[in-house]
Amino acid sequence: MGYVSLTDDDRSAMLEAIGVSSIDELFDQIPAGVRFGRELDVEPALTEAEIMRLLEELAGRNAHTGVELSFLGMGVYDHYVPAVVDVVMSRGEFLTAYTPYQPEMSQGVLQAIFEYQTAICELTGMDVSNASGYDGCTVAADACFIARHATGRSKVVVAEAVNPMVRQVVKTYAPGFGLDVVEVSQRGGATDADELAEASADAAAVLFQQPNAFGVLEDAPALAAAAGDAGALAVAHVDPVSLGVLEAPGAYGSAIAIGEGQGAGNFQSYGGPHYGFLAARSDLIRRMPGRIVGETVDAAGRRGYVLTLQTREQHIRREKATSNMTTNQTLLALGGLVYLSWLGPQGLVELGETCMSLAEHAKGRLQQAGFALAFPDQPTFKEFAVRVGRDAREVIREARARGVHPGYALGRDYAGLDDALLVAVTEKRTPADVDRLVDVLTEVAG
Amino acid sequence: MDLIYEKSSPGRRAGGVPQYDLPRVEVPAALRRAAPPRLPEVTEPELVRHVTALADRNFGIDTGFYPLGSCTMKHNPRVNERAAGLPGFRDLHPLQEDEGAQGALDLMWRLQRYLSEITGLPGVSLQPAAGSQGELTGLMVMRAYFTDRGEGPQRDTIITADTAHGTNPASVTMAGYALEKVATDARGNLDLADLRTKVNERTAGLMLTNPSTLGLFDEGIEEVAEIFHDAGALLYYDGANLNAVVGHSRPGDMGFDIVHINLHKTFSQPHGGGGPGGGPVAVRDTIEPFLPSPQVVRDGNAFRLDHDRPKSIGRVRGFAGPFGVFVRSYAFMRAYGPELREMSDVAVLNANYLLARLRDVFELPYDRHCMHEFVLSARNLKREHGITALDVAKRLMDFGIHPPTVYFPLVVPEALMIEPTETEVKARLDEFVDAMLQISREAAEDPELLRTAPHTRPVTRLDEVRAAKEPVVRYDFAGHTTTQAGTR
Amino acid sequence: MAAPESYPDDLKYHRDHDWARVDGDDAVLGITWFAQDSLGELVHFEAPETGATIGKDSAYGEVESVKAVSDVIAPLSGGILEVNQGVVDAPETVNEDPYGDGWLIRIRMSDPSELDALMDAAAYRAHVAEQ
Repeated sequence: MGYVSLTDDDRSAMLEAIGVSSIDELFDQIPAGVRFGRELDVEPALTEAEIMRLLEELAGRNAHTGVELSFLGMGVYDHYVPAVVDVVMSRGEFLTAYTPYQPEMSQGVLQAIFEYQTAICELTGMDVSNASGYDGCTVAADACFIARHATGRSKVVVAEAVNPMVRQVVKTYAPGFGLDVVEVSQRGGATDADELAEASADAAAVLFQQPNAFGVLEDAPALAAAAGDAGALAVAHVDPVSLGVLEAPGAYGSAIAIGEGQGAGNFQSYGGPHYGFLAARSDLIRRMPGRIVGETVDAAGRRGYVLTLQTREQHIRREKATSNMTTNQTLLALGGLVYLSWLGPQGLVELGETCMSLAEHAKGRLQQAGFALAFPDQPTFKEFAVRVGRDAREVIREARARGVHPGYALGRDYAGLDDALLVAVTEKRTPADVDRLVDVLTEVAG
Repeated sequence: MDLIYEKSSPGRRAGGVPQYDLPRVEVPAALRRAAPPRLPEVTEPELVRHVTALADRNFGIDTGFYPLGSCTMKHNPRVNERAAGLPGFRDLHPLQEDEGAQGALDLMWRLQRYLSEITGLPGVSLQPAAGSQGELTGLMVMRAYFTDRGEGPQRDTIITADTAHGTNPASVTMAGYALEKVATDARGNLDLADLRTKVNERTAGLMLTNPSTLGLFDEGIEEVAEIFHDAGALLYYDGANLNAVVGHSRPGDMGFDIVHINLHKTFSQPHGGGGPGGGPVAVRDTIEPFLPSPQVVRDGNAFRLDHDRPKSIGRVRGFAGPFGVFVRSYAFMRAYGPELREMSDVAVLNANYLLARLRDVFELPYDRHCMHEFVLSARNLKREHGITALDVAKRLMDFGIHPPTVYFPLVVPEALMIEPTETEVKARLDEFVDAMLQISREAAEDPELLRTAPHTRPVTRLDEVRAAKEPVVRYDFAGHTTTQAGTR
Repeated sequence: MAAPESYPDDLKYHRDHDWARVDGDDAVLGITWFAQDSLGELVHFEAPETGATIGKDSAYGEVESVKAVSDVIAPLSGGILEVNQGVVDAPETVNEDPYGDGWLIRIRMSDPSELDALMDAAAYRAHVAEQ
């Protein structure tokens, strides 16, 4: 049954207008040799109540952050999503609209994207933002593509302290872009600026993350300078939630700022959909991939918004486009806009401060309980690496049996860290939660 | 309408953040933010009113008929939203241990099986975030396949149809391939004679959607497949038009080896004003090892993410993919079960009904039954009255109908590409026909009305030249040059 | 704002809708009325560098309108002496005066015999009629 309900009257009236006697006749253009001659062998149809029952049963088999105390981070975070975000995510005029190619029908989405672009520029200190990329990993590939064409060079340098999935995606895209990827190892949880500088000769782009994958605060201005001195574009991968307390990439010489927007206004949702953001210096605007909304006036002199510089994009430039992107992540980005509007500048500052102080508190309590930090001398933001004395994955299993997920097993991606957990502390955790973490870890690994 | 920044007042705020009685941590001075970002400063009521006002200036499928060809603007079922919002899905961290995510992995497994049966291809990856990313993934997988066979450098060219959507050639470039185009014949099928001159040992594959962007099923598809396979090349199916053939013909049976599906077209993921979407890829057995990593696999009654995939092209997106999209698409499929075939039945019926009623009002480039969409040309209106497809599109807005796709595909001048989808009832289709008939009358009797349309939207035609020449892409706090009332 | 249709007799024309005006050893190049009319109002000229070499039948730059982008094809080979900064600053000049102020680049021809392969105004007019 689904969502069609063709009445007999409608069917016969329509077939008559077309001049055929059955719907099957319309499919005669499919050659006999490729016709599917049986019923689809798929799970049977369900009514809506049955669909919900099945999905509730499936959802019930997932240990989500409502039922398990979680300190998981590494790119996706359990930050609070205010109820007001639901307003934009559920209005049918946004939810069920297409990309705003017909601007007179879409001023709502277009203006909202313009406001989002402004917010991202403000956060990152850049001149131009696009309307979103797929996620925090693919925008890194987008940035490499920009750099390739802006500099004509064919090498990108990536810090090992950048999120592992971001690095994996860059390496997947690089061959098709004609790019070689060179990695600069992490040293004591951070990236050495001199090492980065040396590796950056002839690089198109140099990618670093702030805070990095270990939660550590890099010397980002020095890393950006190393890139710039080599004639490469400095690409800073940043946490939007940190940008109330950490300096904007544009203020310390980055050419491009990218990141994962999820922590700013989207639910975790097992990894997606979320939104990647990408913002750049004004001279790079014509090389930007993705949608860009511009302001203009209509024939009556009223202010309005349109997709602009569309000649960059696939539907016009085709094989010479700056990207093949069509559908991006607009609705999630609008969720981000509403979130940032709800938080405001002061709220963003407070959010950063709360995360930092609570994470610092967690570090202190764990050290008191006898656990060593993996990088004790490094300043951190909302995540940090702690050594638990034995295989971290086993520790996770045993902690979960006690209702706590203590963090990500860094040994999955980094050498010499098999006994290390990456612990993320957001404003949704409390000092009592931290106590609980310490108690459980002490039980299983103390 | 004001921007949210124009509604802001210094010191206003909506939300608060929990603060604990803990020592403050200073960011090292060299890294500290000098001045907070200038985000909006509004109350929650102001914010809600702003979002509501924006929504009132926008048009979605929920508002009215939206026959955008190539986009499959079908109804977005609300149960899907409720399902995706279940805490067990919504609040699940993607790095949760597999044991703690069995419901999510089970759902992905089931979705994979549905897609496999619908496409006729066994290997499925759900990772790509959109159709375009699915295309790029498919091409990268193709390259990995040929490289594994020692034919990588030799096969450097992809062939696309001249009616192809712009993403096809753009994806070809991003994947590092060279592009070759093949012509369309008078029936709307690939020109086989032209094709035979272009397929050779340098050909990696074909990228094609079937039915084509003209809404026509390629009657020679079996021969097309043979030409490519005989040359040792592969066939890639752009799933944008899958809505026409579900349960009627499977891309794998047509001869395609790699397929991407648009979950936001065929399987009802809402378009969201420009995303999110989902672009899963389905492939033959022999190509499965090259799919992105990780893959969802089943061990007895348990599911897990398999990262041990030595021949994989790697990762194209973070985590396992856009999971919220999977929930919605799976819920949609379960509403139909095997009756998904009926979805295509009605999509094709609706399109042919509109074609039958409009074919004498405009020019019809290809005189055949269409599938789920069709293309008309407004060239007759241009010739007789100086009215273009753009004018028709703008005037339709005044009837409360979203325009069809215009000026695509490129092979049809003054093109109007119309795709009603299966979720429209006959009365809506009749309203659309009436509006188009009215517009063609107005073209003769009052063309100026069309040239200055739309008349009933918040704005009329916008100066896109100005937007391109002097791009204003963000609010300028120091002195924004365009106020609500016009240029300052 | 756009000029009326014309194809001056003193110019040579290339099938991809570009013109050349010979001036001693130099040639001034641009796009024809037909080209600017197809594109609509130009918003951007992606110009080459002075000193660069261009080859006959190859693209040496791009022109963009809001809805389209087009390669600019060289009717002749040579070295670029000058780029019309006026068009870079105000691309719509090409629409207003495609053969005068809307010139794009000036080159020193490397092979004047290439002129023989170009069309005269009458032949080009016939070519446009077939488009």
